[in-house]
Amino acid sequence: MNLKPETIEKIDKLVPRYPTVKSAALPLCHLVQEDQGYLSNEAMEWIANRLDLQPINILELVTFYPMLRTEPTGKHHVRVCRTLPCALAGAYQTCKKLEEAFNCKVGHTSEDGSVTLEFVECHADCGKAPVVMVGEDEYTNISPDKASEFAEKIKNGEI
Amino acid sequence: MAIQEQRLIFKHIDEPGYTNDIDCYIKHGGYEQLKKAVTMKPEDICAEVLESGVRGRGGAGFPAGMKWKFLDRKSGKPIYLVCNCDESEPGTFKDREIVHQDPHQLIEGMMCSAFAIQAKLAFIYIRGEFFQGYKILERAIEEAREKNLLGDNILGSGYSCDIIVHRGAGAYICGEETGLIESIEGNRANPRIKPPYFPAALGLYQCPTIVNNVETLCDVKHIIELGGKGFAQIGTPGNTGTRIWCVSGHVEKPGYYEFPCSAVTLGQLIYDVCGGLKPGRKLKAVIPGGSSAKILRADERFTGKLKDGTEFDWGIEDIPMDFDSLMAVGSMSGSGGVIVMDDSTDMVEALANINYFYAHESCGQCTPCREGVPWMRKVTQRMVDGEAREEDADLLKNIADQIAGRTICAFGEAASWPVQSFIAKFKDEFVQKAREQAARRKEGKAAATKTTLI
Repeated sequence: MNLKPETIEKIDKLVPRYPTVKSAALPLCHLVQEDQGYLSNEAMEWIANRLDLQPINILELVTFYPMLRTEPTGKHHVRVCRTLPCALAGAYQTCKKLEEAFNCKVGHTSEDGSVTLEFVECHADCGKAPVVMVGEDEYTNISPDKASEFAEKIKNGEI
Repeated sequence: MAIQEQRLIFKHIDEPGYTNDIDCYIKHGGYEQLKKAVTMKPEDICAEVLESGVRGRGGAGFPAGMKWKFLDRKSGKPIYLVCNCDESEPGTFKDREIVHQDPHQLIEGMMCSAFAIQAKLAFIYIRGEFFQGYKILERAIEEAREKNLLGDNILGSGYSCDIIVHRGAGAYICGEETGLIESIEGNRANPRIKPPYFPAALGLYQCPTIVNNVETLCDVKHIIELGGKGFAQIGTPGNTGTRIWCVSGHVEKPGYYEFPCSAVTLGQLIYDVCGGLKPGRKLKAVIPGGSSAKILRADERFTGKLKDGTEFDWGIEDIPMDFDSLMAVGSMSGSGGVIVMDDSTDMVEALANINYFYAHESCGQCTPCREGVPWMRKVTQRMVDGEAREEDADLLKNIADQIAGRTICAFGEAASWPVQSFIAKFKDEFVQKAREQAARRKEGKAAATKTTLI
């Protein structure tokens, strides 16, 4: 496993802060996922080793927490909130427009690998619905009429 | 003229020129209450919090001072404080603003609370999707550490406590306090059974632990400033302090609005504060406290007796926005997430949307919830897909009735209450859906119609 030196540094700083090593398991999943893009079997084994745990202790987290991934995403990771307040503001129609623009069904990665489009549950910004996340950044008020333009910006690399 | 907000927690939120760094916070009187707190006796702070009557802002509305009183101080084990910043009840978006715009208010509230309960270590459990919020908190904690406002020997008081920011990873159940504790311990967030696992006695690492919501911990700072008695003068007896109402859905001006408890009615909040509904639309229903709260129908009459014995006879617009009034009308103020629906809303679709959420979020530990909630989702999905049956409403209610009260944690109720209340109040729409689909099928047309909410 080739982790970036800054990831290793973060991990070494973080582990001793916790009263038990196992508490560091979820934070390490985040750090390794951010470094590698996803959590491979090798990555899970590495985390388990680092914390003196069994690989199953990591796998059971990865299969429980929706944000942890066992496959890489496309270049742009687009997450559309579909929970009620966003749906009332048109999130499903927004998503439909994004599907067309990216030529990619929700829940999939486009064939050219440029976009992964996903539905997610409430992101706690319902006053500015619909909410869409691109990578780690949040975009609000992406109503269906703004969706195509929004998709173009993602494609052009403006977002 | 719109009713004026009275902001306490959100005083500086969206204020022009107000930034989330420590210098700005201190310039606005920040950390004065922590300076005061560390000169007080910890038990005196706990007494003030109890006297303030402040109730938990995360959903359950349990008096925070009482929670603190249950803390097992004689065990000899370390005490932990955990801030629940997992904000994930659909319709709620207040903690996000505190974290992003005023993180030091939370840190000050937390350090005052940590000192009061003599916590050895504090955690902020922040939901994984708050990427920016996590970075902001990490920076704010370093700023506070540099000024000796947390860490070793805080302000020379001899008291030491650090804060660890712990990120969740997209699981709603981590908002349940014992699930959250399991998550910090590095496990799946399967909630623990109470008794015996009341966090105040057997919490994080089987040690006494207090878990409070972001807003509740911010309230503690203001309780120290105003005194328990002074804080209790805001709002009404039993419903003290302010509430931040997060309004979403079909209103002209959705957003967060802070008022003393009981200061506005639901009607004033929707029509006056939020500018009413979209042009030409009429109110159909409101979910007043996050998506698990029971739905209120616009043309209902609510009658009964309040805790203090006063009788009430309210329309939906007359309901005072506070803990007890919303409980008296059969719902709850929950986390303060008010979801407004106008007459364009298809209630079957709305429930199908909610059921999708809870089916996705069940942790899978208890059979009634693991099996029952996805079953309810399948039924409502089938209904919107054109296979609705007239008896589906009864089936849904039957399933929900068999989940609520039969699970380890309150998720069973959270998932059942929407179904039970939608069926109780809009059963005719569920039956109507089946009849319309049957009629269309007879005419040789597709039974399903285009959906908007699922």
